[in-house]
Amino acid sequence: MSNHLFSPGHTACAGCGQSLAVRLVIDAAGKNTIVANNTGCLEVFSTKYPESAWEVPFVHSLFENAPAVASGVEAALIYLGKKDSINLIAEGGDGGTADIGLQSLSGMWERGHDILYICYDNEAYMNTGIQRSGLTPFSANTTTTPKGVKSFGNPKMKKPMPEIALAHGIPYVATSSIGYPQDITRKVKKAFTIKGPKYLQIHVPCPLGWQYPSNKSLDMGKLAVETGLYPIIEYENGKLVSVRKITPKPVEEYLKAQGRFKQILSNPDEIKKVQAIADNNIAKYGLKSESQPETPAV
Amino acid sequence: MFGPLVCKPGSSKNNKTGSWRVEASPVFLHKNCIGCKMCISVCPEGCVSGTEKNKMEVDLSFCKGCGMCALICPKKDIEMVKEETQK
Repeated sequence: MSNHLFSPGHTACAGCGQSLAVRLVIDAAGKNTIVANNTGCLEVFSTKYPESAWEVPFVHSLFENAPAVASGVEAALIYLGKKDSINLIAEGGDGGTADIGLQSLSGMWERGHDILYICYDNEAYMNTGIQRSGLTPFSANTTTTPKGVKSFGNPKMKKPMPEIALAHGIPYVATSSIGYPQDITRKVKKAFTIKGPKYLQIHVPCPLGWQYPSNKSLDMGKLAVETGLYPIIEYENGKLVSVRKITPKPVEEYLKAQGRFKQILSNPDEIKKVQAIADNNIAKYGLKSESQPETPAV
Repeated sequence: MFGPLVCKPGSSKNNKTGSWRVEASPVFLHKNCIGCKMCISVCPEGCVSGTEKNKMEVDLSFCKGCGMCALICPKKDIEMVKEETQK
């Protein structure tokens, strides 16, 4: 039926952004790929024992050590003289990347292994019931940062993972979003032409945790990018080589589409704080498209 | 149980997730299809296939009915139809 390297029959929710991103990534990487996976939604829904959705070699060990496992796999492949023909992917969710797995990921970057690390960023620990992670955005309602009389959801900012990656001096750092499927394919293919550790962070909307209808996953991905809240950027050897230009939309369009931001919609001060994050991103990476006028002509 | 647990590649196909559909399922009308393959590209399940226009198919034994293919179709050639109204 299908000739994808990620089979149907996995147990992801209907409309799961992550399962879409995974299929695009592995199809772009090709069949000569070995995948090491942190614990997370992806590991749980793709490998429900005794079944597996993967049609490439796949290793799962612990929550925090996919980069360390992949480093060991790379060492073994070098010993066997097979490294040049095989792509290596280590991957995890946002919690496994930014919180629990950061030490082994940092070690992989520091030692300079030839591995592509992919972070599927759905902005909370969705698998265990929507707890806040380091990559949860400001003001999002999660079960550990609940909305209340004095609380507007998550009080902390999103951890700047691409900047942490850049600080390690690695040759390729990029972000992408399932709102732009071709962008994911292009970046994965490009990453495998570069030797050394690589980091790709893909924004994967989650209908369960973000509280929106399951057919809107792509729209959520696009809106995050178009409002400036999720800049699509690409660094090679520490230099910014490309950004996705946008005509910025107000952040309300993104916020009102999701249940997790419901508590701040009636509070203009909180919305201003979110808009400031988007404005900061737009200025920092030069996201604004130049061909468009600043204000539409009346 | 000790040691590595090894599963057969692609064995998740034994798991027919089509039973998860609760509301509607996609119907490919095969009228205005231009063969852009966006429906294949965006299916989270990977159960849409086809190579030519008006020949796209969905495998309903796996489709969970999320509706992303119907939303992305530029020619509105895919409709989400309530299950009980179908023959």
